[in-house]
Amino acid sequence: MYKILLRQDLVPNIHLFKIAAPAVAKKAQPGQFVIIRIDERGERFPLTIADWDKAEGSITIVFMEVGTTTHRLALLKAGDSIADFIGPLGLPTHIDKFGTVVCVAGGFAVATIMPIARAMRAKGNRVTSIMGARNKSLIFWEKELRRVSDQLIVTTDDGSYARKGLVTEPLKELLEGDGKVDRVIAIGPSIMMKFCSKTTEPFGVKTIVSLNPIMVDGTGMCGCCRVSVGGETKFACVDGPDFDGHQVDWDLLFARQRIYLNEEKRSFEQWQSQSGLFE
Amino acid sequence: MPKLNLNRLPMPRQDPKARVRNFNEVALGYSAEQAQAEASRCIQCPKRPCTEGCPVEVDIPGFILAVREGNMPEAVKRLKDKNSLPGISGRVCPQETQCEAACTLAKKGAPIAIGRLERYVADWERANMQSASSLPAQPAPSGKRVAVVGSGPAGLTAAADLAKLGHSVTIFEALHVAGGVLMYGIPEFRLPKDIVQAEVDYVASLGVKVELDSVIGKLVTIDELLNNDYHAVFLGTGAGLPRFLNIPGENLNGIYSANEFLTRVNLMKAYRFPEYDTPVKVGRRVAVIGGGNVAMDSARCALRLGAEVVYIVYRRSEAEMPARREEAENAMEEGIQFKLLTNPKRMLGNEQNWVVGMECYKMELGEPDESGRSRPITKAGSEFIIDVDVVIVALGTRPNPLIAQTTEGLEITRWGTVVADEEMGKTVKDKVWAGGDIVTGAATVISAMGAGKRAAGDIDSYLRGQDT
Ligand SMILES: Cc1cc2nc3c(=O)[nH]c(=O)nc-3n(C[C@H](O)[C@H](O)[C@H](O)COP(=O)(O)OP(=O)(O)OC[C@H]3O[C@@H](n4cnc5c(N)ncnc54)[C@H](O)[C@@H]3O)c2cc1C
Ligand SMILES: Cc1cc2nc3c(=O)[nH]c(=O)nc-3n(C[C@H](O)[C@H](O)[C@H](O)COP(=O)(O)OP(=O)(O)OC[C@H]3O[C@@H](n4cnc5c(N)ncnc54)[C@H](O)[C@@H]3O)c2cc1C
Ligand code: SF4
Ligand code: SF4
Ligand code: FES
Repeated sequence: MYKILLRQDLVPNIHLFKIAAPAVAKKAQPGQFVIIRIDERGERFPLTIADWDKAEGSITIVFMEVGTTTHRLALLKAGDSIADFIGPLGLPTHIDKFGTVVCVAGGFAVATIMPIARAMRAKGNRVTSIMGARNKSLIFWEKELRRVSDQLIVTTDDGSYARKGLVTEPLKELLEGDGKVDRVIAIGPSIMMKFCSKTTEPFGVKTIVSLNPIMVDGTGMCGCCRVSVGGETKFACVDGPDFDGHQVDWDLLFARQRIYLNEEKRSFEQWQSQSGLFE
Repeated sequence: MPKLNLNRLPMPRQDPKARVRNFNEVALGYSAEQAQAEASRCIQCPKRPCTEGCPVEVDIPGFILAVREGNMPEAVKRLKDKNSLPGISGRVCPQETQCEAACTLAKKGAPIAIGRLERYVADWERANMQSASSLPAQPAPSGKRVAVVGSGPAGLTAAADLAKLGHSVTIFEALHVAGGVLMYGIPEFRLPKDIVQAEVDYVASLGVKVELDSVIGKLVTIDELLNNDYHAVFLGTGAGLPRFLNIPGENLNGIYSANEFLTRVNLMKAYRFPEYDTPVKVGRRVAVIGGGNVAMDSARCALRLGAEVVYIVYRRSEAEMPARREEAENAMEEGIQFKLLTNPKRMLGNEQNWVVGMECYKMELGEPDESGRSRPITKAGSEFIIDVDVVIVALGTRPNPLIAQTTEGLEITRWGTVVADEEMGKTVKDKVWAGGDIVTGAATVISAMGAGKRAAGDIDSYLRGQDT
């Protein structure tokens, strides 16, 4: 069992857990993920490592409530335990001195891009971060991301806070501007990663995305997470999750994310009626 | 010489019509009377050819004699002396090509049903004995620590044997459950999971520590294990990387590797969705590609989950099918349809990216290839389409490259297997042994157990040699 040391509600539906997992904390690197199973009946599902503390022996995860599993996870408090916590999985993000790096984060990924921005800066890059949310109530960690970036741009879809619009707009301006952009890292909802890749493609700026297909084992054993990159089939859990966004077959990713749409709905409806939380 | 009794007793089985609707065990096991009757047929050959046919060298005449005499605790002791997982091997060992093939009575076409008797003894023990009472005497601690990577039959056997020899053993397993393919691959109706769990618990009761959720290569490397805590390492990580066909349309929704399909069903209990949270698509028309045990298991799972039609699509003919005869017959009896001499060309999808059809070639058999089996040849212009909504690819597996990629100094073949001494399992890397599917590629439970056992013996001599 793995104990939850700390819980923070970043915004109403995005939560942070710090979990005791000393061996994982010893090895974690930016861009890697863990596979979690809440309890005996739970599914195995992936979450990105948002931070780690070797001394304390803890891993931080940040997740958004979307379906049954993430809603169930959100019911746990500090002191509770989860059954399984497996990692660190996947290849770490390639960190190097590129020059100017733009880190783009949407939704919960503001947390998961943090260690990448931090590591890029530590390598001597100039880091510009762009964070986007649907509205003001979903903004978190603005100060924290600013602290690890040379420049921070904030957008909301509805203009209720900071700049109105999507993250791709300031991204495009940076690409068109005077300063050279050497690399872009885009993490967030798949559709946002796709459009960030489309935005940078005409400028020929290498763009790394962190793909989030459905996974089971996370160790290369099942092939559930297969994605097509540059015309080749890859297993996102072992060959990624980071890939070149210009090479990704996005339609395939979107289609494969929908395999269990009906089952997810059925499971969520049943859970809602049983949990009694939504009456 | 007494008259030979050639009436080999058949195994009672669930009726095919009933069993396709449940996940209960198909083979029901001998009754006490049946077991005694079968045991009485054994003529106690002094040369014990049967034992030579067993990779873990079970004292077959010895345990069978005890069954015949009704001395079950003695039968258990004799059996478990060499075999720590008898409930498993008694069920899934390919006995017909191992111990039973070597039995003197095989020449008369009626070998002793050694596997069934083995299963009987193991099941009797579980029902009638306190697990502690079958534990061997506590060995003197050697003060040496061994790390076993992977908890399939190779790892479990190596761990059990090393513990019996007094070494302190820790198994590291990547998944959240120990047992390897026995847990995630082979379905409940052939190998009940509580039996695997009981045998894993037995290994733990010998003093073996089992660390789950530990992906070696990621969490810690082999070299870190050797540098920090352990005097030797045994690699039993199996061959868990699925192969695909590399044909157009293979990433359509509804196309599974057998590993994924079986893992969802067996390990994650998708057949009890939504009570268990992992879903699986069963489909109405399912095609399973391949002709081995894995294909049979996938097809029979799909049928039990409610598929209307299930095909086995295999490119050679029935004679070349690598599946155990008994399992192919069970599958046919249950209504699985065999499309032999058939090979997929491409997968066809609809607008939702869901698979709807599989275009196939008809094949014919040519000269034997390097495997000794007739080479299948595509018949030009023979394409036809099979309507399907789920496809399960069961074309075999290779070792996962994770260990190879993160360990300096191992020798790896072009099939991704680890090179190890055939007899003792020693790799070219200092202090590292390997055995089971990681060395041979996908093989059998008993060959993995045999490799684990031999490596344990060699590791023991090495560790003892260090002291002098
Ligand atoms: C490498 C990786 C890293 C991720 N990191 C984060 C993170 O840091 N924070 C976060 O909030 N989310 C992250 N996700 C997504 C997260 O795994 C899913 O949101 C979660 O599994 C949804 O489960 P659910 O039961 O709540 O929702 P469901 O109703 O089951 O599904 C909702 C959506 O989640 C996807 N999904 C469902 N099951 C899985 C699964 N087993 N594996 C992957 N996706 C699934 C489906 O495509 C669907 O679109 C990550 C995904 C991957 C692959
Ligand atoms: C569906 C199916 C049906 C079969 N039917 C039969 C049958 O009827 N009879 C028969 O004799 N054989 C059968 N086999 C084959 C048999 O199961 C295998 O040959 C046998 O299990 C191999 O044993 P192993 O110990 O080498 O590896 P496995 O059983 O594969 O176990 C390896 C273990 O190592 C773990 N592992 C892998 N990598 C790591 C890592 N990096 N760190 C930690 N742990 C790791 C895996 O998770 C797994 O638990 C079948 C196989 C399948 C898939
Ligand atoms: S372990 Fe397998 S080969 Fe050995 S005696 Fe038992 S059934 Fe026969
Ligand atoms: S060879 Fe057959 S008959 Fe002879 S001892 Fe072995 S099991 Fe009995
Ligand atoms: S999640 Fe199973 S292979 Fe990637």
